[in-house]
Amino acid sequence: MSFLLRCPHCGPRDVNEFRFQGEVTRRPGPHPTLRELTDYVYFRDNVAGVQREWWYHRIGCGLWFVAERDTRTNEVLGVEVPKPAAAR
Amino acid sequence: MRLAPQAGERIDRSRPISFRLEGRVVSGYEGDTIGSALYAAGTRVFSRSFKYHRPRGLLCCSGHCPNCMMTVDGVPNVRVCVEPLREGASVRAQNVRGSLDHDLMSVVDRFGGPFTPVGFYYRTMIRPRRAWPLYEKFLRSVAGLGKVGGATHRRYDTEHRSVDVLVIGGGGAGRRAASEAAAEGFDVLLVDEGHAFPGSGYEVLAPARALAVYEGGLVPVDAGGVLYRVRARRIVVAAGALEQPLVFPGNDLVGVVLPQAVRRLVSEWSVQPGSRAVVVGDGTAVPYLERAGVEVAASVERAEQLAAHGRHGRLKAVTLDGRRISCDLLVAVGARQPAYSLLAQAGARVEYEPHAGVFVPVDLPAGVEAVGSAAGTGRQQPVPAAYDGGSDKCFVCVCEDVTTKDLKRAIAEGFDSIELAKRYTTVTMGPCQGKLCHLSSIRLLAKELGTDEAEIGTTTARPPWAPVELGLLAGRHLEPAKRSPLQRRHEQAGAKMMWTGQWRRPHSYGDPAAEVRAVHESLGIIDVSTLGKIVVEGPDAAALLERLYPNRFADLKPGRIRYGVLTTDGGRIFDDGTVARLDDELFYVTTTSTGSSGVAEWFEWWNAVWGYDAEIVNLTGAIAAMNVAGPRAREALASLTDADVSNEALRYLDARELRVAGVPCLALRIGFVGELGYELHCSAGVAEHVWDAVVAAGAVPFGLEPQRVLRLEKAHVIVSQDTDSESNLLSAGMPWIVKDDKEDFVGKWALPHAQVRERLVGFTCDVLPPEGAQVVRDGRIAGRVTSSRFSERVGKPIGLCWVQPDQAEEGTTIQIRWEGDVRPATVTLSPFYDPEGALLRS
Repeated sequence: MSFLLRCPHCGPRDVNEFRFQGEVTRRPGPHPTLRELTDYVYFRDNVAGVQREWWYHRIGCGLWFVAERDTRTNEVLGVEVPKPAAAR
Repeated sequence: MRLAPQAGERIDRSRPISFRLEGRVVSGYEGDTIGSALYAAGTRVFSRSFKYHRPRGLLCCSGHCPNCMMTVDGVPNVRVCVEPLREGASVRAQNVRGSLDHDLMSVVDRFGGPFTPVGFYYRTMIRPRRAWPLYEKFLRSVAGLGKVGGATHRRYDTEHRSVDVLVIGGGGAGRRAASEAAAEGFDVLLVDEGHAFPGSGYEVLAPARALAVYEGGLVPVDAGGVLYRVRARRIVVAAGALEQPLVFPGNDLVGVVLPQAVRRLVSEWSVQPGSRAVVVGDGTAVPYLERAGVEVAASVERAEQLAAHGRHGRLKAVTLDGRRISCDLLVAVGARQPAYSLLAQAGARVEYEPHAGVFVPVDLPAGVEAVGSAAGTGRQQPVPAAYDGGSDKCFVCVCEDVTTKDLKRAIAEGFDSIELAKRYTTVTMGPCQGKLCHLSSIRLLAKELGTDEAEIGTTTARPPWAPVELGLLAGRHLEPAKRSPLQRRHEQAGAKMMWTGQWRRPHSYGDPAAEVRAVHESLGIIDVSTLGKIVVEGPDAAALLERLYPNRFADLKPGRIRYGVLTTDGGRIFDDGTVARLDDELFYVTTTSTGSSGVAEWFEWWNAVWGYDAEIVNLTGAIAAMNVAGPRAREALASLTDADVSNEALRYLDARELRVAGVPCLALRIGFVGELGYELHCSAGVAEHVWDAVVAAGAVPFGLEPQRVLRLEKAHVIVSQDTDSESNLLSAGMPWIVKDDKEDFVGKWALPHAQVRERLVGFTCDVLPPEGAQVVRDGRIAGRVTSSRFSERVGKPIGLCWVQPDQAEEGTTIQIRWEGDVRPATVTLSPFYDPEGALLRS
């Protein structure tokens, strides 16, 4: 992996400056079944295509943001900062 | 022999340089390469070949072929034809028994033929099986390249560059492309393998080699001690074409050269390459030969029949189209193969061009261009794939000593695709990586199989395109080693230092047992600045921590501390530490020494996921911390502060801001080492002052090793030493931490499903088992020892270990096995020392 990723604060940077945190997942609500919990903890969609994922600008501004990336080409289609209190 | 001075030569005859070949003094001039100086001094044999130990001399003189690889100042496999000459260099031959001119192992060439066909070691050296290590040792000693030397120490760095246009290759086409791009206002970098020259409006990096083209236009460039990671918007490949040797009997004899070698020897270093020459292929070398006074006995563009004859590995004569001509130089070249590898790595397709007899790059990806001969637009005629006949060996690959016979044999044995033939014969797998043999091997395969080259296809072009030292790839990273603000004090005190993650920490100050005693009986001080220190502040700070930890923090009163363990949503323990509430909206969190950045990122991530109004700041590097512990801790602290530090004013698990020796500190009354203790956190810049004051008050510095004994006596767990990625709160014996009535916390939903397959317990034993020893039951492994030390206080070895749940009962006898011995140990569930924690509260 050596593509460029655009940090919403800092602009395009070498991907090695970032930490990858995987797909954006949905945390199950209270009292999930074992299957729901297992799906959330262990299973990923692992799509060959556009994926929403978490990135952290580790050697940089320290921002967590969400990127949309095509996993086949590593083309980054867009980045966004999660809105405050939106995901709560 | 040197020619008379001529215009344009690279050598400076006023500046002689002397060096040593096998201990013998040789001299050359400033501007020489080691290879050109040796050639001028009469050296013709530079190496012995990989398998047959045949004498080899300069072939390409451009740093591609293996023929001039020697050991220079202990560094093996240096291509001396391109290695600049330096004063006092020590040059030695490789893979030789005896000398370059008389190599004992050359018997392999004369008599070994029938016994050493391609892949012979797969077949003849397999029985008896147990003898393979002997065979292997023998093969390794007689075959191969240089040996990696002992103490050669070099520093390598990595640098990042970003440019608009990167031009690879500084020939005519490359320079033109660079000037044009620069004239258009682009930021241009040109890299070239040869000498540095001034660029007109662009930057030149030379000598330097582009190693590969990776995703996103990333090109690593080897510039000696520095690896540049160049990121370019546009890449122009002007890598030129590679002169391919012809395949004919005796084509590796010393004296058979490519035209490039003649051009460079004559024009750059004014060296006469030979006395009588035959030229086959394009006549580019002829004017240079004439300029150097070499008699050109014959020159043909295309030979129908060709064989070279030699004595002791040196060229004596050539049979050319039925005519025998004596000579000491044969300048022979086949195709000029466009250097397409970097283009192919970038994503270009490679296609055989039958009218030229070479592979050319097509369908270049966006942002990548090829100019000059690398583009494959030059006109040329295909040459015969190989010339048969003659009595000598006919090499396809000089690196690995692969002959046409070997390749034919591989085909006969069924290895008839290029990928299989490559792996079986190792053709193209030597030091030149196919630069001089890839095309020949494909064309020979096509000829033998009666098909065409397009059908055979190419092998995949992979990095690196040019040879690179491993040290360069392993060059220094961006992650620095971390130093505590008290590092100087530890060094002054003569501490024995050890690595813990990225930190250098004191193991002890000489006598760990005495340091343990000092803490138990009087007063000790340990540098714990490596602890992660994170401030969480904001209206939602309490809510965030409440949801990150299994414990409750919402009800934690300002000025109080609580121990906390972090788990994942899978229920696994991953870090621990203390959380102090300094104010309604202000928390001070400590983490393990290795966990600080991971925990800060974890906090920030959940903060982003949940959208809480909290700020997280990692202050680990800005704040120093020292733990002052022992029965005299209060007395010592009182002598250094005006604040009331009585047991009523500063209780166990209280956090207070106070001045110690005049320095504002945050004092956390906690007790990792089991005695009355205060963790003093202060600004890193004044840490030495506080340390000195506490030491002057009678504290004995203690290191990590005594701390490990002390915490083990309290059965305090070290996360990731005593726990692993499978450990959950129930199995680690921390159910008391979980506040199950909380609506949610990370890890809550996994707890009802958590399985307790094993439990973490303490043990005592009569003999000290090593950490990692097995707990066994009925002859089967049933657990493991994670921590063990001898405790003077307890009077015997103590430790922590994982056991099966039904053995996790006070007083159970378990069996521990190490180094073949099995010894009994007794399970202990409460701390070994001060089980009620009375000392901590005293």
